[in-house]
Amino acid sequence: MGTRLVAIACVLLAGTAAVVLAAAPERTGSHAAGFSPETVTVAPAAFEHVRPGEYLHASGRPTRAPRIHVTARNPVEIMRYQVTLGEYARCVDAGACKPADGRGPMDAPVTGVSHIDAAAYAAWMSKATDETWRLPTDEEWAQAAAEKFVPDVEPAEEDPDNPARAWLSSYSREAALGRKADPVAKPKGTFGTNSNGVSDLAGNVWEWTSTCYVRVTLADDEGSVSEVENCGVHVVEGFHRTYMSNFIRDGKSGGCAVGLPPDNLGFRLVREQPGFLGRLKASLGRS
Amino acid sequence: MITRREALIGAVTAAAAAAAVSFPAAVHAAPEGAEGLPRHKVELVAPPFVHAHDQVAKTGPRIVEFTMTIEEKPVVIDDEGTVLQGMTFNGSIPGPMMVVHEGDYVELTLVNPETNEMPHNIDFHAATGALGGAALSQVNPGEQVTLRFKATRTGTFVYHCAPEGMIPWHVVSGMSGTIMVLPRDGLKNEKGEPLRYDRIYYVGENEFYIPRDADGNFVSFESLGESYADTLAVMRGLVPTHVVFNGRVGALTGENAMKAKVGETVLIVHSQANRDTRPHLIGGHGDYVWEEGKFANPPAKDLETWFIRGGSAGAALYTFLQPGVYAYVNHNLIEAVELGATAHFTVEGEWDDDLMTQVRAPAPIPGM
Repeated sequence: MGTRLVAIACVLLAGTAAVVLAAAPERTGSHAAGFSPETVTVAPAAFEHVRPGEYLHASGRPTRAPRIHVTARNPVEIMRYQVTLGEYARCVDAGACKPADGRGPMDAPVTGVSHIDAAAYAAWMSKATDETWRLPTDEEWAQAAAEKFVPDVEPAEEDPDNPARAWLSSYSREAALGRKADPVAKPKGTFGTNSNGVSDLAGNVWEWTSTCYVRVTLADDEGSVSEVENCGVHVVEGFHRTYMSNFIRDGKSGGCAVGLPPDNLGFRLVREQPGFLGRLKASLGRS
Repeated sequence: MITRREALIGAVTAAAAAAAVSFPAAVHAAPEGAEGLPRHKVELVAPPFVHAHDQVAKTGPRIVEFTMTIEEKPVVIDDEGTVLQGMTFNGSIPGPMMVVHEGDYVELTLVNPETNEMPHNIDFHAATGALGGAALSQVNPGEQVTLRFKATRTGTFVYHCAPEGMIPWHVVSGMSGTIMVLPRDGLKNEKGEPLRYDRIYYVGENEFYIPRDADGNFVSFESLGESYADTLAVMRGLVPTHVVFNGRVGALTGENAMKAKVGETVLIVHSQANRDTRPHLIGGHGDYVWEEGKFANPPAKDLETWFIRGGSAGAALYTFLQPGVYAYVNHNLIEAVELGATAHFTVEGEWDDDLMTQVRAPAPIPGM
């Protein structure tokens, strides 16, 4: 009889837990902490992607980045908009973020922020919501950006005997992009929405990712002979993909050899899906 | 704020003073040298290009006729949209480059349209007397004047506007250019052997002093006159906000990069009407450089960086040896990168591995 009571109690407990788990955690996480980030859940997708970084052939000459087939298994929950000046200001007020260099309306994306600033905001937001918010990887950003994703500007031609051909080719391709300067941060939504419902991609704010710069020497079969990662530099996505040092807040110091450098540096975050234990924890005792 | 009336009254006083000192403007004695000489009219072109000319004179001395129309206009000088209330010769900053030969006469008609606010004139550093011609070329809006001077010295020389009471302001608003007086038999090296260029580019460097508001943003003024007092305050601090080639940040980059080919010899004329600079061709050299810009002096050779003193123009000759992208900068690198003093050359041709080669590509350090 004792075991039967215990068994019934276990079933009841499990049932209660299931009910509690199934209920939307409205009193917990982002909303409880006063955040209301609109997010878009991008379904797992398979797509062609250009690997980020710089690539050398085993012979030592620069070569094109390998094209890979990405099969993302997980959905990506990404902020619909870039983090705004108003949102970032809360982190500054909390003493967890340095004031941004950019100015503008509170509902415009925060600009004049470095990779270090973006990571600080993500850490603060994660702590405040007890969720995991972080910068997207280059692949996650590409998955979310879909048709709006643009890889590095690559040279149209290369010549193993003449390194200048690639330099001149990259130079003229960047110049031909004909991008007009657009330095003023605009209210969120200004740059439209893509096929996934994500807004303001590849506008005048270039976005930090969590992917480090890497230099790879490739074997003939495009397997790596060596890889040297430099996490002092991260991949930045926008009008085209580029790389910037972590402490840089002002795009003009890099990004393109010629033509216009990134107008503004900003970011958006992804929310990692919690595991079972995370969901359980979220539903019990958080308010 | 300076009103048009104040500006013009100041000009009239200056012109009267100048007229009292030199011979009255209305009279012109017929110079025996110029009488009967053939005339040649030149259509000026916008920098960095230079009008077509012979390096070795094919005729005897002649009167070379130029016309420049002064245009006051707001110009955007950087990618943030900063506006300079500009004053220009022929609508460009710098003004166009003129080329004549030693012994020629330069006859300039200077037009100041009614639409302008300010009086203007011109001081040719190549000329002799009358403040370089400034005292004999004052024009108020609605007037034009014709000045002739004999090109007696060879070299590259600055010209600039110089109206009494506002000289530096006109210069740092964009009103300068260059005239090159070639030896009649062309350029020569230290041994007297001929030096010839396949291409010529004129890089005019200007620095600007744009006022900022209380928030630190650059101010856009409604008119030239309204910009004067605040601009003068920044000028007096002697620290420019912009140092640019061809009138704006990035003007000679991208689609507007200067072009050359391996094996071509290029003459780069560089002027700075107001402030010292030190040009450097990154990846190249100055094979022959007339730093002070005067061809009676033999050129210096194999320079890495040359010095153009403020108020002058110099010339550097270089034969490109490698293809690629070159940056041509004012080698105060802060001014080059942060303030805008960078231009690019794109050079096509074959790579010379003997001059430079990458022996081993970047790779992980062994043993790490």
